Amino acid sequence: MNRRMLIPLAIFVALAGFLFAGLWRDPREVPSPLIGKPAPAFKLTQLHAPQQMLGTSDMKGKVWLMNVWASWCVSCREEHPLLVALAKENIVPIVGLNYKDEPAAGMRWLTDNGDPYTTSVMDRDGRVGIDFGVYGVPETFLIDKAGTIRYKQIGPITEDALRKKILPLINELQKS
Amino acid sequence: MGRASTFLPALFLLCALSGQHAGAADATPTEMDPVKAARAVKLADKLRCLVCQNQTIADSNAELANDLRGQIREQIAAGRTDDEILTYMVDRYGDFVLYQPPFKTTTVLLWAGPALLLVGGLFILLRNLRRQPAAESTLTDEERERAKRLLDGDDRKDDK
Repeated sequence: MNRRMLIPLAIFVALAGFLFAGLWRDPREVPSPLIGKPAPAFKLTQLHAPQQMLGTSDMKGKVWLMNVWASWCVSCREEHPLLVALAKENIVPIVGLNYKDEPAAGMRWLTDNGDPYTTSVMDRDGRVGIDFGVYGVPETFLIDKAGTIRYKQIGPITEDALRKKILPLINELQKS
Repeated sequence: MGRASTFLPALFLLCALSGQHAGAADATPTEMDPVKAARAVKLADKLRCLVCQNQTIADSNAELANDLRGQIREQIAAGRTDDEILTYMVDRYGDFVLYQPPFKTTTVLLWAGPALLLVGGLFILLRNLRRQPAAESTLTDEERERAKRLLDGDDRKDDK
């Protein structure tokens, strides 16, 4: 058989391979350009104590998670039990960025579903969200002691992502 | 009374006519001067809305798109250049926000691909065309005989 006749077949197989691999990639997950960069500085009022502020600089020297959530966010309910369980283990402080939400609605939501957050801050106009490149709530950022973003979870945290990626990374970053 | 009766239909007509620009008008603030407003619309048209990825920020009604249109307007008002505003967006959302991907090492194949395919295709085509004469030919006498028979309509011998 003529070997040249195999060329189109080879091209087809290669193309099919690419398309096949593409089936398992989520087009909604856009890699963030902020990974490896300093977390954007913010200073926002706290949800439960509006006269107090909390900002990026207050978290210097700690490895921390920033979870973007809102009471209107449906998939936040999906990941919430995981966060509550994680908070109980006391491994890492979780700062909640209450994104474009009504404070009263946000607080009620936490009372109903449990409050895993060390502190929640209010980003009412979504400006800090834009600085962090947030486009689909929930999103979670892992920030190291120097204030560098090390990991971003787009959409709900899954058990798998938590155990295989986030927790090992936290462990490693806390040692350094 | 008479006046109102002609005024109202005219108003409706006006609304209907301006309706086709509604998408663009969303990105236009009312209090901005037309030149700046046009810039805002043009910029919003270059940016992808990450919530509904096949729409531009100018087209999308997603809340984030609305916020980003606000950002564009605010920054234009603050005297930033178009490039500065696009950089602001890319810094936060990555190259994916740009509908026209930038030319860099990771996108070389994307930009050069079609040209490479064209050149490669032409090359193969020319080579095959040049080879064609050699392939032309060559029936054996026996085959010629059989072809003649078939063409003459006497194909009985050929059936087996």
